[in-house]
Amino acid sequence: MHKFLIRSFVSSLVLLFTLNVAAVAKDVKAAFVYIGPTGDHGWTYQHDVGRKAVEAAGFKTTYVEGVPESADAERVLRQLANSGHDIIFTTSFGYMNPTNKVAKEFPNVKFEHATGYKREHPNVATYAARFYEGRTILGTIAGTMTKSNVIGYVASFPIPEVIRGINSFTLAAQKVNPNIKTKIVWAFTWYDPGKEAEAAKALIDQGADVIAQHTDSTAIVQMAEKAGVYAFGQASDMDKFAPKAVLTSVENNWGPYYVDRVKAVANGTWSQKDTWHGIGDGMVVISGLDSQMPSDLQAKVKKLQADLASGKVHSFTGPIYDQQGNLMVAEGKTADDGMLAGMMTYVKGVEGDIPK
Amino acid sequence: MIKIVKRDQPSKAIFFFTPVLAIFLTLVAGGIIFYILGFKPFEALKFFFIVPIADRYGFSELLLKATPLCLIAIGLSFCFKSNNWNIGAEGQLTFGAIVSGGIALLFYDQEGFYILPLVILAGAIGGMIYASIPAILKTYFNTNEILVSLMLVYVSKLILDYLVVGPWSNPEGFNFPETRQFSDSARLPLLIEGLRIHAGIFLALAAVVISWFVFYKTYLGFQMKVSGFSLKTAKYAGYKGKKMIILVFLISGACAGLAGVGEITGPIGQLHREVSPDYGFTAIIVAFLGRLHPVGIIFASLVVAITYLGAETAQIFMQIPKYTGQVFQGMILFFLLASDYLLFFKFKFIDTKK
Repeated sequence: MHKFLIRSFVSSLVLLFTLNVAAVAKDVKAAFVYIGPTGDHGWTYQHDVGRKAVEAAGFKTTYVEGVPESADAERVLRQLANSGHDIIFTTSFGYMNPTNKVAKEFPNVKFEHATGYKREHPNVATYAARFYEGRTILGTIAGTMTKSNVIGYVASFPIPEVIRGINSFTLAAQKVNPNIKTKIVWAFTWYDPGKEAEAAKALIDQGADVIAQHTDSTAIVQMAEKAGVYAFGQASDMDKFAPKAVLTSVENNWGPYYVDRVKAVANGTWSQKDTWHGIGDGMVVISGLDSQMPSDLQAKVKKLQADLASGKVHSFTGPIYDQQGNLMVAEGKTADDGMLAGMMTYVKGVEGDIPK
Repeated sequence: MIKIVKRDQPSKAIFFFTPVLAIFLTLVAGGIIFYILGFKPFEALKFFFIVPIADRYGFSELLLKATPLCLIAIGLSFCFKSNNWNIGAEGQLTFGAIVSGGIALLFYDQEGFYILPLVILAGAIGGMIYASIPAILKTYFNTNEILVSLMLVYVSKLILDYLVVGPWSNPEGFNFPETRQFSDSARLPLLIEGLRIHAGIFLALAAVVISWFVFYKTYLGFQMKVSGFSLKTAKYAGYKGKKMIILVFLISGACAGLAGVGEITGPIGQLHREVSPDYGFTAIIVAFLGRLHPVGIIFASLVVAITYLGAETAQIFMQIPKYTGQVFQGMILFFLLASDYLLFFKFKFIDTKK
């Protein structure tokens, strides 16, 4: 009897506690600021998929789409912070300074800035994904599937994030096919279907039979479908837009991180940090592989995926040389995060110069 | 029977009444759109047009947003009044921002009272240089200023891209496309601590006063008016057309350049790829909604500015897609142009019994 009383007392305490936490959790409100429309089927679309995961976990969310990186960003952030949101995700690099500025005025609101590097106040965290790991897989596929040995790559802006992707892609392609060349066209946009399609067309005209992209729209895979060449989906699974052309896609999977961070706010365990997750943590996901790929390639890709996830394989393993033949990473070594974060030189095998 | 008859003279009362009518029709059509989208129309309109400016902060944001629109539209009214179709204010704004930003970056680690005037002057000159290109090509080579000024917008944006990605990018900024932050001496002073409204609003107000004086009290204003009505008459009267074309483009460019200065030295504080959310294009709507009249333009800039703020508020509180703001801007222009029909035509009721 005595034991029973104690047990029920303890269990009811535990129950009370969990109920309490659950009640608190429901009260946390998260807001998301997007650079583009939620229907872009690329960058913003995937962030919104992440937001929906937060909703599904039982939290209230708000979003504002198409917020320019001009003076307007600050007003939107302030309004969100002012209207009862506890955590605000700002999902484009250009929101970096406004995020830090508004964070200073609202110390009780948590701010999470994607792809930036400034954490000027204790309530600002940053996060990004190791997309280059996904590009190692794309490079492996491209190097195997190309017949012309010319691979096209539509790039957005010459920043380390994009250069890193080009390099990891080219290194992986060279590993399976030393004769390949990567041709780059800089579109100088993240989202402009017209410009992206033109860039893809220019690459196809130059003999590229596999096109990779680091811009967000579906225009490139659709152009590839028309021209009868291969392509890869960016940010979301783009297979349905070009079923023949798309071999696979690298998906940005923000949901788990978002749910994690919002829960942390609810539990009071949120703290500032810089997150850089890859395939291993599930932030970068490889979509289903197309049946046009030979089965030994599919097996190879699956293994590579597992090895990247476990850390057995690193995208930047030496020896790596730059275009002039200077050693960048010595044999047996891997590039550290500092080098990756500031990467501004092409590796050997990439054609052309980085626009300066 | 109702008959549509051409007016002998465009009606003056209707000239100033149609913008109000256009705004009213926009509200009605907007309400209908909200209703179709499944939102309560009155609540949506309240969040769109009243809630954003209900407090002091909101009102200051409205003025902040209206400042560049008003400044550019005043400049454009010089061009439009005299039959010069400068569509490239966005480019002049961007180029003004580039030149003034360049000066501000020269002094990034210095303080001094002389820096801000230099930066402002540089912005005006930058805008003038850029506006002079379509003006000179029009006067001496007879090119179409609409095309030239519009295409130069894209050129200016590419120049800005090049600069912030390459030579002017922040050396400590991991090669992200942005410059250093300007020093405090290169920033326009804030009017009220804690709000973002800055001294740039005085530039806009000065432009309003000066333009009113020029339009209605000077010979130049008269010349512009005559050229606007009929280029042939202007020529017959012996006006120096070429000089005037270049002058109005320079004024327009200077205003757009100053708007660019206001953005980068006001709320932004650095150069990056997006210094303006297309103020230069939106200001065209503002200029026409304000009937190219300085006072009208003040009201028009406030009305258009609120469509930006309202779209954000409506999305935050009612999950209405933010792009409805642009729909509202489009509708205002559409209804304005449509109701201009009333300027030149009137409905006449005819008794058919006789």
